Amino acid sequence: MELQAVLMAAGGGSRMTDLTYNTPKPMLPVGNKPLMWYPLNLLERVGFEEVIVITTKEVQKMMSTDPKMKVDVKMKLDVVCIQEDGDMGTADALRHIQQKIKTDILVMSCDLITDVALHEVVDLFRAHNATLAMLMSKAHEFTETVPGQKGKKKTAEQRDFVGVDQSGKRLLFMANEADLEDGLSVRKSIMRKHPRMHIKTGLVDAHLYCLKKAVVDFLTENKSISSIRGELVPYLVRKQFSKTTDSPKMKDDAEDQTQKKNDSSTNHELLISSRDEPLLQLAQERSCWNDHHGDMSEAYHGGKLRCYVHIMDQGLCYRVNTLAAFIEANRLAPKLFEEPAVHPSAVISERCQMGSDSIIGALCQVADKTSIKRSTIGNSTTVKEKVKVTNSIIMHGVTIEEGCNIQGSVICSNAVIGRGADLKYCLVGNGQRIEPEAERTNEVIVGTDQLMEI
Amino acid sequence: MADSGVTEGPDKKEEIDRAKSEGKELTKEEKQRLRKEKKQQKKNKEKKDDKASQESEKEKKPLSSPPPASQPPPQSTTQKAPSAVPAPAPVSVPASEAPVPADKPAKSKAELKAERRARQEAERASKQGKKGETGQQAATSKQKAPPNELQPVVKRLPEHIQVDNPDVLKKLAKKLERQQIPLRMDYGYKVSLFSHLHQYSRKAPLTQQVSIPSTVIHPAVVRLGLQYSQGIVTGSNARSVALLHAFKQVIRDYTTPPNEELSRDLVNKLKPYISFLNQCRPLSASMGNAIKYIKKEISNIPSQCKEEEAKSKLLNCIECYINEKIILAAKAIAKSAIEKISDGDVILIYGCSSLVNHILCEAFEKSRKFRVIVVDSRPRLEGREALRRLVQKGISCTYVLISAVSYVLPEVSKVFLGAHALLANGYVMSRVGTSQIALVAKAFNVPVLVCCETYKFCERVQTDSFVSNELDDPDDLIVTRKGKTHLKDWQEVPSLGLLNLVYDVTPPDFVDLVITDLGLGMIPCTSVPVVLRVKNVDQ
Repeated sequence: MELQAVLMAAGGGSRMTDLTYNTPKPMLPVGNKPLMWYPLNLLERVGFEEVIVITTKEVQKMMSTDPKMKVDVKMKLDVVCIQEDGDMGTADALRHIQQKIKTDILVMSCDLITDVALHEVVDLFRAHNATLAMLMSKAHEFTETVPGQKGKKKTAEQRDFVGVDQSGKRLLFMANEADLEDGLSVRKSIMRKHPRMHIKTGLVDAHLYCLKKAVVDFLTENKSISSIRGELVPYLVRKQFSKTTDSPKMKDDAEDQTQKKNDSSTNHELLISSRDEPLLQLAQERSCWNDHHGDMSEAYHGGKLRCYVHIMDQGLCYRVNTLAAFIEANRLAPKLFEEPAVHPSAVISERCQMGSDSIIGALCQVADKTSIKRSTIGNSTTVKEKVKVTNSIIMHGVTIEEGCNIQGSVICSNAVIGRGADLKYCLVGNGQRIEPEAERTNEVIVGTDQLMEI
Repeated sequence: MADSGVTEGPDKKEEIDRAKSEGKELTKEEKQRLRKEKKQQKKNKEKKDDKASQESEKEKKPLSSPPPASQPPPQSTTQKAPSAVPAPAPVSVPASEAPVPADKPAKSKAELKAERRARQEAERASKQGKKGETGQQAATSKQKAPPNELQPVVKRLPEHIQVDNPDVLKKLAKKLERQQIPLRMDYGYKVSLFSHLHQYSRKAPLTQQVSIPSTVIHPAVVRLGLQYSQGIVTGSNARSVALLHAFKQVIRDYTTPPNEELSRDLVNKLKPYISFLNQCRPLSASMGNAIKYIKKEISNIPSQCKEEEAKSKLLNCIECYINEKIILAAKAIAKSAIEKISDGDVILIYGCSSLVNHILCEAFEKSRKFRVIVVDSRPRLEGREALRRLVQKGISCTYVLISAVSYVLPEVSKVFLGAHALLANGYVMSRVGTSQIALVAKAFNVPVLVCCETYKFCERVQTDSFVSNELDDPDDLIVTRKGKTHLKDWQEVPSLGLLNLVYDVTPPDFVDLVITDLGLGMIPCTSVPVVLRVKNVDQ
């Protein structure tokens, strides 16, 4: 078997608590499908037959009842439950399932919505025998107004600096602004090997990683690493150029290898050696290919640890971990699939004005004289007469009484909007009731039990 | 060889015809199947059984292993050479079709040939009535004319040089579908002279159509195919070694399904992998020979051998093959070549040949004083890599592009060239530009030495670079200078075609010496068929 897929669906959605306090993030509806359906669908389309899903018990329960998950997902899902307390990082989760991992893995996050050609990432992993291959995308500005946001969105202080080589494929440097106190320092060893490096800041990490099995074994020994994105990836990128993994001379490889094996337990070395290492090296020696030109070293500078990145410049790639991303995703995700905008079981009266880019879920009831534009309406929602819904996201089981005007808002599941209410850029939490004739603008309406205690 | 001079002429012709129509490994299986079908159709005709049994005895004798249902062609091809005289070998090819340089006394043996032909027609007619024939017959009758025509022979050309023939393409598509391998589409406008060859784009890799945890194709083979198509593994030796490495992994992960025999099933398992690799990048001659060897070894495994034992035996065979044919051969060739390098020499090399680099490094270590001129050419610019390796050793080098060859040659004392394959008529198939260098060197009276291991000797025959070649990605020729790419939209100009050839053939007149292994040392170019014959006898 070549690759095992692992889906991380235990995240709490810490950056959009208003949405996730009742519904766990993996099951948030985007375009009337649960969020984790999108990465699963991507995996299924490329040809995976089995996925290991790491999630919480709550999500597992919801998954088994959700119709979309049961019907559409044909792969075998091996669900591993972990505690909900949120102390387990992604790397810890990998360590937890170490027994199940028999080969190289493809780790994905449940909040990734993308139409990337996955073979681009995996080809980098295969062709260069890389330790890590990841996906990144050019960040798009979110243009929609986010409910509940006061003032302009702060420019991201937490920028990621990503350094790639000239071809744009080899990952040389990765650091977060938060970790760089007094400026960005680049090691001389990197500069010596790759004199030209492009540093990019406007990239979104898609949290899709191809990792060698040796990395998982390394994680089990090295228990201090708890997050893939935060710790493991920068560690691997740094390790590419560290002195110990450098072996410029191929001749003393035999001694070097045995020596390295002895060191591996003490230095937590990442040893990637296959059984036929001498044959592979012979092939590489005889091959007249080099990945760089202009200096005296052989291909890959003799380094065994290599990290690659595929940067998407076209196409969709969203990580739904903030409210703004969630709204944007709802707008664009349906365009990925050729599904009818109106679910066949929805009951829509003829006098309803529905825009072409709206989506109506199953078992909805939309009454007369309503106007639905650029919106997503969830399953089992009731929309009464004379309601105007524009640019909004209505989740499942919502009741909207007559005469409401909802603009640019997010209404969570099972909420009830009283008649005549006027909501602009609001976020209504789960199960909330908006009193009739209410006028709210740019507010987040959640239950009192969800408010933070001071 | 106990052949008298009388039969020597037709013998050589047979081999050459055989070599010509043999083509690539893949299509043999197809041909076999087609033949079997035809034979079963003719089952009801009355045939002379005695002659048929005589034929089968004669054929069974040279074969060592018991003839199972399907005998792989490589076995029969190796047996064919020694049985060239007794077997009803296919020389029904009229003399006009044989593209052999006319250095044989063919015309004077016309009567003898006519008699033999008449005898062979009769024998062949009787044999075709035989039903469910063993592969040996199918293989040996491979080059025979289809049953209906007795005179002109339909040459079976290999698929990869008939791309402009839609029927051939359809057949290929069907075959690939059967093996569950995706078909790679050709890309771009092809120059008309080469429209019979495949042309692929590097931006459309075959892995787009392969499922990501590849189940049909072994992951090692997918990785290898990717490395071939992206050019990470280039060079004849490197490709063969990488191929054998991948096959080792395949053999290690292989388990015999129930009710199957390892010797037959493993060969069938390897066929789709070979098709896949062929789609990624056309197989080289050295890879073809390596595959033949492995298939032969697999089929030679006795059926009572246990699986573990068989597998370890095969892995051992592969190791030995690499050791003998590549590593030790390089050492032997280096030893012979170093005798030819004297102090004060100026040696010219072209591109990056692993063998030539090895020779020069060895010579330098044996403290010969010489300097090297590295000639390079676009778009591959492989000379840079050769330059790096030599300079790293400490050899003083000069680097020029191929356009400067005639300016540089007056100071050159020898030219060392590597080869991709040595063809049976003495032509040297190598990187495009080699024949140019050999030509100019000949004009300047500079000796040209070709270094080539014997496992690259090929039974094919070619006299020009058009018939069979490889077309690389035409977009490689596009260059961007100062931010401007003039050829960016070359596809929109209807009269513009980009041609990126990979190989060319050098005639034996331009080559002074071939340095090779197997104890032969230095031989003239025209002795290649002799070496092939001797090798086949040994095997």
